[in-house]
Amino acid sequence: MSDVSFVRTEMLPEQDPPGSEIGAIGWARHNLFSSWINSILTILSFAAIYYVLAAALPWIFQSSWSAKSLTECREVFIEAYGTTHGHACWGVINDRWLQLLFGFYPSHLYWRPVMALVLLLGALSPVLFSDKVPSKVLILTALYPFVMPWLMWGGTIWAPICAAAGFGIGYAVLRFGSNYIGELGAMIAAVVAALIWWLVLSGFVSDGLSSLLPIGIESVASRKFGGFMLAILLGVVAIGVSLPIGIVLALGRQSDLVIVKALCVGFIEFIRGVPLITLLFVASLLLNIFLPKGTEFDIILRVMIMMTLFSAAYMAEVIRGGLAALPRGQYEGADSLGLDYWQAQRLIIMPQALKISIPGIVSTFIGIFKDTTLVSIIGLLDVIGLASAIRADTAWNGVYWELFAFIAFLFFVVCFSMSRYSMYLERKLQTGHR
Amino acid sequence: MTILTDPPKEQFRLSMLLYDTRYRSATIQVIAMFAFMLLAAWLINNAYVNLNTLGKPISFGFLGEAAGYDINQRLLEYDNRDSHTRAALVGLFNTLLVALLGCITATIIGVFVGVMRLSNNWLVARIMTVYVEIFRNVPVLLWIVLALAVLSESLPLVKSFRGDDPETSMSLFGMLAWSNRGIFVARPLMTSLGWLVPLVFILSIFVVRWLSKRADRIQEQTGDRPKMLWVTLATLVVPAAVVLLVVSQVTSRTDYVFVAAGAESPASLAAFAEETKINYCHASGRAGSLQGLNYLEAQEVAAKRRNYFSNSASATAMVNEKCNLISVPASKADALVAELSGRLKAGTPVSIIPETFKEGAAIQIEAPEITPKGIARFEGGTHVRNSLLALWLALSLYTAAFIAEIVRSGILAISKGQSEAAAALGLRSGKTMRLVILPQALRVIIPPMISNYLNLTKNSSLAIAVGYMDITGTLGGITMNQTGRELECVLMLMLVYLAISLSISGLMNVYNNSVKLVER
Repeated sequence: MSDVSFVRTEMLPEQDPPGSEIGAIGWARHNLFSSWINSILTILSFAAIYYVLAAALPWIFQSSWSAKSLTECREVFIEAYGTTHGHACWGVINDRWLQLLFGFYPSHLYWRPVMALVLLLGALSPVLFSDKVPSKVLILTALYPFVMPWLMWGGTIWAPICAAAGFGIGYAVLRFGSNYIGELGAMIAAVVAALIWWLVLSGFVSDGLSSLLPIGIESVASRKFGGFMLAILLGVVAIGVSLPIGIVLALGRQSDLVIVKALCVGFIEFIRGVPLITLLFVASLLLNIFLPKGTEFDIILRVMIMMTLFSAAYMAEVIRGGLAALPRGQYEGADSLGLDYWQAQRLIIMPQALKISIPGIVSTFIGIFKDTTLVSIIGLLDVIGLASAIRADTAWNGVYWELFAFIAFLFFVVCFSMSRYSMYLERKLQTGHR
Repeated sequence: MTILTDPPKEQFRLSMLLYDTRYRSATIQVIAMFAFMLLAAWLINNAYVNLNTLGKPISFGFLGEAAGYDINQRLLEYDNRDSHTRAALVGLFNTLLVALLGCITATIIGVFVGVMRLSNNWLVARIMTVYVEIFRNVPVLLWIVLALAVLSESLPLVKSFRGDDPETSMSLFGMLAWSNRGIFVARPLMTSLGWLVPLVFILSIFVVRWLSKRADRIQEQTGDRPKMLWVTLATLVVPAAVVLLVVSQVTSRTDYVFVAAGAESPASLAAFAEETKINYCHASGRAGSLQGLNYLEAQEVAAKRRNYFSNSASATAMVNEKCNLISVPASKADALVAELSGRLKAGTPVSIIPETFKEGAAIQIEAPEITPKGIARFEGGTHVRNSLLALWLALSLYTAAFIAEIVRSGILAISKGQSEAAAALGLRSGKTMRLVILPQALRVIIPPMISNYLNLTKNSSLAIAVGYMDITGTLGGITMNQTGRELECVLMLMLVYLAISLSISGLMNVYNNSVKLVER
């Protein structure tokens, strides 16, 4: 009997995968046509994409950039394509883009909002990209709250300097007072001194200095503010101020002090329970009623206050989520190291809680930035308000899509980059291992 | 001898209020309370002084006054002589209507998009991502204004529905018209006992549910499920159909007919109107509210010359001899008598005749019809205006983008082991989704979903931008501008929204607790 069994002693060479499994065909088979239902979906999707692009691309590109009115646009289209429909009249954007961006801000002063924006990016850079930008730029960040209003509203240079001096006075009192009246006493004294300076003295000092040394730039009235600049201004102020207030409110809500907690909960739930538009009504109609007689301060400032309070309540809830997500051991660990409340918050709790809440914080930012458009309802001329104003002009009566597309594009760019930045930040701060 | 001395008793010193942690928290709280009350007192005092100087101290008396403005899209009966309170109530219902509609459609679209974003079809997943990013990153106000522009610019003109060979024809067998003025859609009209039909139908649904539970029990006990299809269908259809037929045959009612201006007492209203070519008016008590619920006789008699008036309007019409004959529902007769007496010329003969009408089909469908001549508009049916449609569309699409993200992250939050275990048990992918993934994902999904529903409700206040009369448009809009009562109106507006928000979140929390995992 012969041995017929066969044992292969060497490996066969690997074969290439079949052509239908690799390359573009393989990819399409796996991702687009893996089952009959997927194939149908794919075909439907292609049809939808074709339908949208077939309408949108000619509209966007077979358009008129130079026309000075809608009638002119239509004449151009009739001549070139034989129809008025399906072609964008970008002339309106070309004609009015500066107005859409700056509102009625005097055109020879456009450099000031632009400068404020550039400085804003500079001031934000050490915060946003802390590992790439030298920390000395933080000085710019600290100065920005004083420089920005001065650039935007103009006026004497002494007003922002005096406002900044309040912090200097407070710091000086804290520094020297702590030698004599203890730390807590010094802190109270510093706050009181700063308040006295701002509320009582700084006005006189600023007036006196500006009559002595009249250095200043042309001042611009609030009613000339508008356009996308207004959205950015309101957004930046609301975002910047609401974060610290939100942290305080969140801590208050988490605190053991019953009355403080009740006040914080009441404030947060009230603000979150009403629509922003009612708060804007308060800003435009009621805030003056609640202040002493004769107090007049301008509508933009009032709107800023209400928007800040609004976003602070949302921010507080986001941060509270972060605080609640921290394991109890972190609090106990901080206690066992002998840190007091504020030290524990500053060194242990907040860095972690804020990190956890980054996605929520950024989406609150995006939300509040989008919500700045609501000011058009109370009569401020932001982009949407301006769009209606432009449409009221006889030259552009009937222009809808071009303006809406432009506004949507502006907001999309800003909001989308904010959300992408939050993803980057999440990845960067990801210290755990996955 | 040892002398034991007590530890020195600690004297309470004032500084301990600040430096002793036992007392410090109390100190802080007292100061906080004091500061808060001081602030509140200051604000209230300012408001009091300022309002008195302006000469309008706080009062809510304006709520009872006549509103004097019209609300074109409404669920409740309302005309401009009703009070501001009534107007606010109409607005509140409009807010709730758009919020409810919006929540439903946003959920449907959002869940669809969220699931599709996880599809293994690359193209579909990308399209859904683009949808979500575009809608999330552009302000909702812009979407609302844009939706209004799309609806009123791109849909066919009302005029184009007119004519023997119209440019645009109505869809759904003439029941629905999409036009640039909104949607005109047929509506069901019920006679006086017509409500029995839907009631019976709802009862049948309960019976069907009971039957299917019974079938479940039998299946558990014996392993065989009884055949249910025909029983279910019969239970749903037969009782309602019977009631419909019976009610249509049986119901009739007596109304009072007023005949004025020299008409003799007719044997039959129909014959009388036919004979004399008089103008026939039907007074419903409220203009337009009974517009379709006319009587068959009246329809036959004077289809072209029907006039519909409110009580006082028909009295006026009778005085001016536009109508020689008015019929009113029995319940309104007294009011009309009161209205007529003293307004008709002395000596005008008025006869009051009880007339019994057979009401016809218990539920009638009233389709919108375009006016044959004059200004082109649709008569009859329900008019859903562009303002409501735009708001509904924009809020749904905008909120759906957020809901999609919630659904996606909820599904992703379920660990892969769950679906693998389900697969190991032999469940197909549909059942895995339905029985394993979704019930667990729901627990992650519901809390953020609630806050999105709340956001949608609050965003519905942007109705004011498209002229939809919700509570912000009525109470916080026209009422506030007309009466100049800013403080009262804004305060009430805030309280209303607060109440809506708190009750939605309360209800949803109850639901959330009922689906929550029971843990040790």
